[in-house]
Amino acid sequence: MIELENVAYRYSSGDALLSDISLKLAPGSFHFLTGPSGAGKTTFIKLCYGALRATSGAVRVFDQDVKSLNRDGVAKLRRRIGVVHQDCQFLDHLSVAENIALPLTTTGRDTQEAREDLTELMGWVGLTDRAAALPPELSGGERQRAALARGVIMSPDVIIADEPTGNVDWEMSQRLLRLLVELNKMGKTVLVATHDLSLIRAAKTQVQARVLRIANHRVQLAGADL
Amino acid sequence: MRLFADLKALIVRDRRTDGIVPSSGFTAHLVILSAAAMAFLAVFALALSLASGRLAVRWGDELAQSATIRIVAPVEQRAAQTETTLRILETTTGVAFARALDSSEQQALLEPWFGSGLDLEKLPVPQLIEIIQEDNGFDAAGLRLRLAAEVPGATLDDHSQWRAPLVQSANRLKALGVVSVFLLAVTLAAMVTLAANASLAANVQVIRVLRLVGATDGLIARAFVRRFTVRAFAGAALGMVFGMISVLLLPSASEASGFLTGLGFQGLEWALPLLIPLFAATVAFFATGWSARRVMGDLA
Repeated sequence: MIELENVAYRYSSGDALLSDISLKLAPGSFHFLTGPSGAGKTTFIKLCYGALRATSGAVRVFDQDVKSLNRDGVAKLRRRIGVVHQDCQFLDHLSVAENIALPLTTTGRDTQEAREDLTELMGWVGLTDRAAALPPELSGGERQRAALARGVIMSPDVIIADEPTGNVDWEMSQRLLRLLVELNKMGKTVLVATHDLSLIRAAKTQVQARVLRIANHRVQLAGADL
Repeated sequence: MRLFADLKALIVRDRRTDGIVPSSGFTAHLVILSAAAMAFLAVFALALSLASGRLAVRWGDELAQSATIRIVAPVEQRAAQTETTLRILETTTGVAFARALDSSEQQALLEPWFGSGLDLEKLPVPQLIEIIQEDNGFDAAGLRLRLAAEVPGATLDDHSQWRAPLVQSANRLKALGVVSVFLLAVTLAAMVTLAANASLAANVQVIRVLRLVGATDGLIARAFVRRFTVRAFAGAALGMVFGMISVLLLPSASEASGFLTGLGFQGLEWALPLLIPLFAATVAFFATGWSARRVMGDLA
């Protein structure tokens, strides 16, 4: 599904952030990506959905080499990947419902059926009564759930979340985790970048997850200490 | 294909692009105001160009078909020399009609300078003979030689000396009007590009979010292009209406003679300013499209 082969990423100054990374995220798998701040978790994630190009090596997503795609090609690729950022990235002039439906709107799939799915989805993340609110009016947890809803509204094959619990309390992070586990049980491939080890430990009781750790510019499979 | 999609998005409201970019009051007003001002000025530049063109044609046509012979002779010889001149003209190829102006006509010509009640008999005013030429004209050099031989007091003025600079001036004024319209279009394009750049720069985060959810650059560009094109069209339409009303309120050429009073449109020319909003919209369409794609290219 997502495959990295000898991938390296260097800053424009030439300093290496990631190097010699080779791994596969199999369909239906659940991965955590952890590591200290500045280790390159966000960069790794951006490489996976085409927001950044590897300096060397190949990133293949759905059997397509990301490097060979033009910007429109990357845009179409992203329709199959649900991305959830820590800062959520909403359009503040649109309501919560409009933000969640944005992937449908921009791809012309905003049909009556999709609207019904949206209503169902908003119920799933517990935001039905916040549909008309503007993003700045939401709490941290509500924002993350709305971002997750937007990430899955296109029924993507892959969900990538970058520090989704970074701005929420423990209870809310568990709620978000349950939603991600539920998506994985539906067959979605899930990759979650987090520095919150307690979240990983909690997840391991609910789902079979592999933990990847970035250290010394490389991605390694984390040991049993997690 | 992309151009077709862009054009279609202009005409047909696209739910995918409507509202995804937040409204930006400042740039919106800037574009509308600029387009209105440019269109207002363009109406006058167009009127100037058309009026100059008409003037050039009128001067060229009217003066090219006429000539004058001036007879300066002692009073007792003036009638004889006039008679001789008219006889020569009758046998000159290319002269369609010739006649001597009577004293009342000559008096009317001099009235603006000397006032009414002028007694021409007491003044050494030359006798004027008006000549209307046939389409092919006459041989001015040959006629001058004949007159020099037979009528020593006659001088032929075929208007060529002062007609050419006048026609040239009018034609240059016409070209100046066209250049002015072109410069206004360039200025409008620059204004729209600046405003679009400002709007795009202010909406970088919006562009990032739209890309994140899978929007193509073409779709994002269309959202900006439509907005700026519609604003430029609306502003230019407003400016055009005010410009046309202003031209309409100018004194008409019939009220008093002179070039400036002829500034305006005639007949079907009134339809030409209607093209200005379309032209402004076209300029905005391409300027914003170019700007949007450049900014998004830089963001990649």
